[in-house]
Amino acid sequence: MSDNILKVENIKKSFGGVEALKGVSLEIRKGEIHCLAGENGCGKSTLIKIVSGVYEADEGSIELDGKSFSRMSPMDAIARGVQVIYQDFSVFPNLTVMENLALNMELMAERKLVSYKRIRAIASEALAKLGVDLDLEERVENLSVANRQLIAICRALLHDAKLVIMDEPTTALTKREVKALFAIIKRLQAEGISILFVSHKLDEVFEISERYTIFRNGQNVATGETSGLDRKAFVRYMTGREFSEESYRPAKQGEVVLAAKNLSLTGAFKDLSFELRAGEILGITGLLGSGRTELVQTLFGIYKPDSGEVQVRGKRVRIRGVKSAIRMGIGYVPADRLTEGLFLPQSIVRNIVVSKLDRLSGLFGVLKGKAIGAEVEKWVRELSIATNDPSLPVQTLSGGNQQKVVLARWLANDLSVLILNGPTVGVDIGSKYDIHALLRSLAERGLAIIVISDDLPEVLACTSRILVMRGGGIAEVLDPASTTEQRLGEISTGVA
Amino acid sequence: MINMRRMAKRSEPYVFGAIVLLCLLIQVQSKQFFTGNNLVDLARSMIVPALFSIGAMMVIVSGGIDVSFPAIASLAMYATDRILLNVNYSGNVMLAYAMAAGFGLAMGAVNALLIGVLRLPTLVVTLGTSSLFTGIMQGALAASESPVPPSILAHGKEKLFTATNTQLGLTSDMPSQILILLGALLLVFLLLRYTMLGRGIYAIGGDEAAARRAGFNVVGVKVFIYCFVGAMAGVTGMVRASMMMNAHPTNLLGMEMTVIAAVVLGGTRVTGGLGTLTGTMLGVALMIILSNSLILIGIPTYWTRVFTGAVIIIGTGVTAWQAGGSGRRLASSGTGL
Repeated sequence: MSDNILKVENIKKSFGGVEALKGVSLEIRKGEIHCLAGENGCGKSTLIKIVSGVYEADEGSIELDGKSFSRMSPMDAIARGVQVIYQDFSVFPNLTVMENLALNMELMAERKLVSYKRIRAIASEALAKLGVDLDLEERVENLSVANRQLIAICRALLHDAKLVIMDEPTTALTKREVKALFAIIKRLQAEGISILFVSHKLDEVFEISERYTIFRNGQNVATGETSGLDRKAFVRYMTGREFSEESYRPAKQGEVVLAAKNLSLTGAFKDLSFELRAGEILGITGLLGSGRTELVQTLFGIYKPDSGEVQVRGKRVRIRGVKSAIRMGIGYVPADRLTEGLFLPQSIVRNIVVSKLDRLSGLFGVLKGKAIGAEVEKWVRELSIATNDPSLPVQTLSGGNQQKVVLARWLANDLSVLILNGPTVGVDIGSKYDIHALLRSLAERGLAIIVISDDLPEVLACTSRILVMRGGGIAEVLDPASTTEQRLGEISTGVA
Repeated sequence: MINMRRMAKRSEPYVFGAIVLLCLLIQVQSKQFFTGNNLVDLARSMIVPALFSIGAMMVIVSGGIDVSFPAIASLAMYATDRILLNVNYSGNVMLAYAMAAGFGLAMGAVNALLIGVLRLPTLVVTLGTSSLFTGIMQGALAASESPVPPSILAHGKEKLFTATNTQLGLTSDMPSQILILLGALLLVFLLLRYTMLGRGIYAIGGDEAAARRAGFNVVGVKVFIYCFVGAMAGVTGMVRASMMMNAHPTNLLGMEMTVIAAVVLGGTRVTGGLGTLTGTMLGVALMIILSNSLILIGIPTYWTRVFTGAVIIIGTGVTAWQAGGSGRRLASSGTGL
């Protein structure tokens, strides 16, 4: 008997001539927490589908719990103890907790009639396995995201799971919920269940997993003990590139372009003063509720400050609204690039020029095609947006490139201050570094940038000065070159 | 054990409350609402819309929408009627129902093929087939009002009992077709609640991808729904013809909007996944009382349309607002990052 629960070797899989997996291998030992990492499109999901029997591999061997398969159906996979917790949990929002827990079992047993007594018994058993207490009669749509995930996990355990595959399980969870999830993963491990934890988030991989496997472009790049892995190597494996971890320094001290003097907004922040110079990247961090988002939204004219003043290039201004902020050269890229920033089905061209159309149109508002083309070409080149044809819809681009389109739109407006809220939430590591490099080059050309972020390594890596907010005030101003993540965390929470 | 918090979120209690209020108002004003003959008249008017609404509810719960049922009912009924007249049929009425159900099922199968197998959008498909079936009836069958065979005529005259309003000397007969409605309700209730097929209808309406992963035969369930609803529509067409004692090719057409409105009013979620027979029947009852009984308190018939419209907007608005409320809560918990 081998000590592997799963061993796949040299798996190949193509879709319509495109090779998604070019011969990958993965070994998971019994009772271990194994992390499968890689950027979007590296073949992680394809492999999960092969291991769970949804896709059939073109080539290669699968050995599950000591049994070799050449072809494997979803039922085979379940019978050998493979369970997948999908990213969307695959629950029925409109059905009750007990039905969600029991329906899969009932379908497996090929029952035609429903017995609520049996369903209740199955559901209670499922919840008891994790010691979870939920109202069996409640509809799942009324539960929190974390509880829905618990239901998916409990449901998986009903099938005598030996290998639980979790596909990016932390995407929609809060930090506290992630902690609770990790406790559950440890508990499953204690019961001898192996976990394949699929993620591209560094911190999680280091925290939870014992061994890791990293894919890139459908190939294995690394596998080993997580304890022997460091951050830099992880990023290199994921992206195949080296990135400098040096923090950014403006070449020269620029003039002050934006200043806040004793600015206050009731319930959000109080008596804030700071200056922003051309060419610098100012990081603002702090916990949710520290007032950081309200502060930048006030600078962008979304909120009206109760007292204090804002100065643009040394002159006191009154920002009456978003339009007036843009006229003063202030731009704001909101946190959720997908829902707030872009017209996804519209072309890249239209998305870039939309906020500048009045200046790209002639008599009677007729658009100047040539001028638009030139403008778009310029930004696609400058920001190296990966596209052959800017007339394609924005949704055909990767997350990182979509973010670049949002930037291009703002830059087209001749800004002097650009504020970004969580600029790299949801983009993979490679694009993240690209965005950081882009911000640096923009700052070098004299733009003043404010980056708000929860991602402390990001704040340290891409800013030239850090403002830590706590409880509506500035707790401290730090130099990223001489501070650490831990210190930033302590200041934000106020334990230091 | 009744969970009050959960009850407060359902729409049935509100629709029921609205019906009680409306009934009391009409009773106080006219003294004629709670009379035997008025109640029997209401029940009589409910039969056809209620039968339609059962099918419409099943389709909406599964995440679709069907506007073709009046056309299916009309064509199934009319074709059956013409065939039976041509052969001078004088046997049992059950054959007429069976034939109408068969025609309905065949037309439902067209919807099922397009929606279930070819995965086309339900609204567009049923708009198309609705027009198609109506066209066949009016073109190929050159439909016009036509009598019904003697057995159906006799069936139409059957009554379970007669209610008399002694005050005004009016009488109303309870038609035997109400038994078909009760039978359909029982059948669909058992189907939806106690079979995996029925739970599959809800599961698909909740999340089709999840249903597929769980092991539901999604295509099979959809094919079943549209075939079943087609057959029900065929039967409903025949119920209508027998109650009217003639085959009128067009007077069911246009009913889809009121029926769907009644279903939604009864708490069925337009986007699928939620809906009960109780709610649906309450929705139909409210609509019928509005259109039949407002005249008892002296509101002219053309104004009843205004009232009906207002009730639909308020009722569906409240339902949507409730659904939106919980949706917003989820959205905010989902972005907790």
